[in-house]
Amino acid sequence: MNKHTPDLKAEKIEGGVHASVRHDSAHKHVAGTAVYIDDITEPAGTLHAGLGLSTVAHGLLKSVDLSAVRAAPGVVDVLTYEDIPGVNDISPSGMHDDPVLAEGKVQFHGQPIFCVIAETREEARRAARLAKIEYEELPANIDIWDLDQTTHPQVFPPLTLQRGDAAAALESAPRRVKGRMRLGGQDHFYLEGQVSLAVPGEDDEVLVHCSTQGPSETQHMIAHALGVPSNAVAVEVRRMGGGFGGKETQANQCAALAAIAAKKLNRAVKVRLDRDEDMVATGKRHDFAIDYDVGFDDEGRILGIDYTFALRAGFSADLSGPVGDRALFHCDNAYFYPHVHAKSALLHTNTVSNTAFRGFGGPQGMVGAERVIDEVAFAVGKDPLEIRKLNFYDPMGVDGTRNVTPYHQKVEDCIIQRIVAELEESADYAGRRKAIQEFNANSRFIKRGLALTPVKFGISFTKTESNQAGALVHVYTDGSVHMNHGGTEMGQGLHLKVAQVVAEEFQIDLDRVKITATTTAKVPNTSPTAASSGADLNGMAAQDAARQIKDRLIDFAAEKYQIPRDQVVFLPNRVRIGNAEIAFNDLVKQAYMARIQLSAAGFYKTPKIHWDRSKGRGHAFYYYAYGAACSEVSVDTLTGEYVVERTDILHDTGRSLNKIIDIGQVEGGFIQGMGWLTTEELWWDGKGRLRTHAPSTYKIPLASDRPKIFNVNLTDWSEAYEPTVHRSKAVGEPPLPLGLAVLHALSDAVAAVADHTICPQLDAPATPECVLMAIERLKARKKG
Amino acid sequence: MAAPKIRSELRFILNGQDVSLRDVAPDHTLLDWLRLSKLLKGTKEGCAEGDCGACTVLVGRLTPSGGLVYEGVNACIRFMGSLDGCHVVTVEHVAARDGKLHPVQQAMVDYHGSQCGFCTPGFVMSLYALWMQTPNPTDQQIETALQGNLCRCTGYEPILRAARAISSYGGTEKDPLLVERDAMIARLKALKDGARVEIGEGKSRFVVPASLDDFAAVLEASTTATVVAGSTDVGLWVTKHMRDISPVVFIAGLDELKSISVAGDTVTIGAGVTYTEALKTLANHVPALGPLIERIGGQQVRNMGTIGGNIANGSPIGDTPPALIALDATLTLRKGSERRTIRLEDYFIAYGKQDRQPGEFVEAVHVPAPAAGEKFAVYKVTKRRDEDITASLGAFRLSLSADGTVTGITIAYGGMAATPKRAFAVEKALLGQKWTEATVEVAMEKYAEDYTPLTDMRATAEYRALVAKNLLLRFYTETTSGAATAQVSRYEAA
Repeated sequence: MNKHTPDLKAEKIEGGVHASVRHDSAHKHVAGTAVYIDDITEPAGTLHAGLGLSTVAHGLLKSVDLSAVRAAPGVVDVLTYEDIPGVNDISPSGMHDDPVLAEGKVQFHGQPIFCVIAETREEARRAARLAKIEYEELPANIDIWDLDQTTHPQVFPPLTLQRGDAAAALESAPRRVKGRMRLGGQDHFYLEGQVSLAVPGEDDEVLVHCSTQGPSETQHMIAHALGVPSNAVAVEVRRMGGGFGGKETQANQCAALAAIAAKKLNRAVKVRLDRDEDMVATGKRHDFAIDYDVGFDDEGRILGIDYTFALRAGFSADLSGPVGDRALFHCDNAYFYPHVHAKSALLHTNTVSNTAFRGFGGPQGMVGAERVIDEVAFAVGKDPLEIRKLNFYDPMGVDGTRNVTPYHQKVEDCIIQRIVAELEESADYAGRRKAIQEFNANSRFIKRGLALTPVKFGISFTKTESNQAGALVHVYTDGSVHMNHGGTEMGQGLHLKVAQVVAEEFQIDLDRVKITATTTAKVPNTSPTAASSGADLNGMAAQDAARQIKDRLIDFAAEKYQIPRDQVVFLPNRVRIGNAEIAFNDLVKQAYMARIQLSAAGFYKTPKIHWDRSKGRGHAFYYYAYGAACSEVSVDTLTGEYVVERTDILHDTGRSLNKIIDIGQVEGGFIQGMGWLTTEELWWDGKGRLRTHAPSTYKIPLASDRPKIFNVNLTDWSEAYEPTVHRSKAVGEPPLPLGLAVLHALSDAVAAVADHTICPQLDAPATPECVLMAIERLKARKKG
Repeated sequence: MAAPKIRSELRFILNGQDVSLRDVAPDHTLLDWLRLSKLLKGTKEGCAEGDCGACTVLVGRLTPSGGLVYEGVNACIRFMGSLDGCHVVTVEHVAARDGKLHPVQQAMVDYHGSQCGFCTPGFVMSLYALWMQTPNPTDQQIETALQGNLCRCTGYEPILRAARAISSYGGTEKDPLLVERDAMIARLKALKDGARVEIGEGKSRFVVPASLDDFAAVLEASTTATVVAGSTDVGLWVTKHMRDISPVVFIAGLDELKSISVAGDTVTIGAGVTYTEALKTLANHVPALGPLIERIGGQQVRNMGTIGGNIANGSPIGDTPPALIALDATLTLRKGSERRTIRLEDYFIAYGKQDRQPGEFVEAVHVPAPAAGEKFAVYKVTKRRDEDITASLGAFRLSLSADGTVTGITIAYGGMAATPKRAFAVEKALLGQKWTEATVEVAMEKYAEDYTPLTDMRATAEYRALVAKNLLLRFYTETTSGAATAQVSRYEAA
């Protein structure tokens, strides 16, 4: 891969920003040589863990007899909460409600109670089943649907957003609809499950290789549980086999257990969960009960709205507070609400603690907004797309009044009108709407449906301090560059994008920039790679580091060659100094000889943003990313089975850093969103046992579930309204809610059984069963 | 029968290397052996239950006719004992020795078929297996080949693009496995010494019988042994339930159990025939069985799993039993040298209970084709279309007189009761009646007499009951106004 002779006559570097470069690890992925945590060569004597999980949803631990576990073949030790030298807590919210190992009581079925350490993983897993545990069972709340939201315990203080007088607007509105939507959660189903390998060091030191999106937080949690300062713990990750939010906080438990065992036993310890354990014992996307009350005029213009977004938090706070916040932040999707009141309810349940998942509550907020659009459309008898367009925020550049969000931020960059107009035309929405009407009129059992749904997604962590990033860039004397930053690679091409930014800055070919593992020892106090912010934050930090070095090189050249600074110009793989050109590598060598520092730490913090949660006001997002999807489905009204006939997408990534990577995010995000809203059903039984705990029972999309025709395009005309890194926009989360187009197309097809006179109120996931039951409901209402 | 020679060593080929092992547990999986013993880390564990495909490797085996076929299998649920005489190919063996990527790999790179990369080796192996047999596949063939591979990042579209393009990177004529095929056949034949393999003792023992007669003898002598053919079910007993399965008898390699023969209107399938091997003949014989088989598991599971196993394990949600019951299939059971033939329907007695004696095994299933003029259909309803376990599956066989009177009707369902089960009350309501929608509507109300389905994670009882009824209406519609109007499908009918 290393090209040692850069082209010194090139007009353009290879692999700079805006170049469609393939993933840096692609050749290793296909050859099986990309190293994931479980592939790291194990130190001699590495031990392995198995977890003992609760078999009741809520109860007191009356007795925990681990003698048979300890006596089992290969077992070296068994850890309980008593073996935790520091604090038995890995709560990311500061609520102190997330024990590493259960202490005195269990709060959900599948909660880790003890951790067996054995010579082999199989021995550990087998031994873990030998425990004799007596519980005093306590009443358990599993679902949220019937909980009293005003009195039921919440895991974190809820949020209210308010603008105008929603109650009055609702009272005086000519039309009004109330309803509730049930929206299921989602398992991340990263292909690589949770895994950590801890290697003990001297004194209090430990190095933990962990599949984590937040190495700094994992480091802090390990230190907290070990009772050592953060400087004793290093966390490193080269890549994850998928994250999707599921390794933001959920990686910490395995990491802490591995570190505790490694320090106690002074041997390397690996904790790798089996898929079933992973799905049972780690958190997921939150399910929501969404209650809405909307007032509107006869045209379908929304006048006032009241929402409650109640989520299933699980047994602890984890990130449920901010997830609920982000649901509220997106309850407007792309629509202006003249009067709005929206509140969250973060309901405690005896289930696994739900967590971050791509979109972080945002998609759930948008699902609520789109359900309301459907309700309004059916009430006034119009195509939902008309209602959508009628209620959009004012477009960018229009000096209007319909541009303020429920959290009082002015929407300045709205481009949804143009995106929707272009997509409507390229997808031939009108023509197909007509064709579908004809098809349905002539088809007794198969009904088709069509929907076009928009996305507006706010970019920034709402936790202000998370909007900072660091990077470390070294230039070696041969001109090759070593790049490190706080972001983590989970397949999204972040390292590649940041390397492109660094290559662009130095004007050197991309293959001169070495991508390296993320480690807390190189860049400290980093934010998790989350909130779609990876490239925005770390790209800017790396750019800052590169610019510092570049500045020193310019200073050096200007002084050495006695010319003004502006006559030192970085050209591809070379530098023009006055009238002469020298290779970048040569300038670097000269600088080294002159004792110029060729290493820099870069830093970035997002400007402009602020957020006051207590007031529900602020400039919560630096900017918005937009997109829209149009999907057509066929539904079998005898069974509820369906296929996606076609999907067209137009998505905005600003001036994309790497179009091919971004298109991959859009395609994959759409399918993941579609899966969430269609076949991915989490099903707990009456005892609080998750019964869809493996791919045999939990069904994420397959190749044969993708749309038969799938056209994905990026807007080639948009650029970020704010000075983001090369005017690109974030792309991790915004495409996921494009999957709503499928849910609404299904709803449209269901509506055909009652001639589009009744809003189907289709809940999600819209499994074939859910679709068929909605069809039956509509048929019954039509008859009755 | 003369007792066969006994060998206490397992012999196979891994990539280019001959392997012989004496210390192998009966429940040792190929995946663990590759990763933990051989330190070949390219093959990944995603689920350890044969669903995600991250562990896909190729297993090449001699066919009864002397050829060599490479198939993608799930290493996570493949037991070592079933590999005697096979060639195991892992992702490390796909690129050229100088590191040059194989066309399958290069296409995946160039078309951006990987993001996080964890599932990618499995996709490479599945696409490799497809491309070897079908260098220019249709989208339908690609999707079928990838039913057993989950990707959470890409949304699959770039993988499809890559799959379509593989042959533009090089032809199969240069593929090392195909170029070396004859030499490999010779090497594998040399491993076939006609011996019975017996490894281990006491609580950790397995046998690979030398022949069908040997299998019968072994099982009769060890009636509590776990008989393992494809291990697509038993594999999970080990990886998920950590059950002790010793002693084990591995029968996947028995050529005599792999025979498929057609006599008159009946196809006889040996109990060791995999879904993949049975597909073509069964689909020719009973066209409706083709699409059904292609929706059982993923390709890897179909390459390992057998119809014999699907029947023998007695599952109430096996997909072939209801269809075969509706076809009035029969079963040959064998114990020692004794054989008996029973109706398949009578094999299933109750949940977890079949008409099979200790030491007895399913030797073959006999599938009669529908008679001329008979209509036959089978419908599988699942949450996700492919690689999903049945919520409700209905199979229907109908004969009508010239005036449209129902002269014969057999209906069987899976997922509706503790066993695959006939719908006698529904049948009764149809038999002798005119085949009209009015008759069907009356019969639909009879399902409640036949079935009291359960609610579980796959479906509620209400849904199962409703779908079961509606499938009869679908069958009626298809038999009266053509198939195209009554089902959603990804592809136009061939």
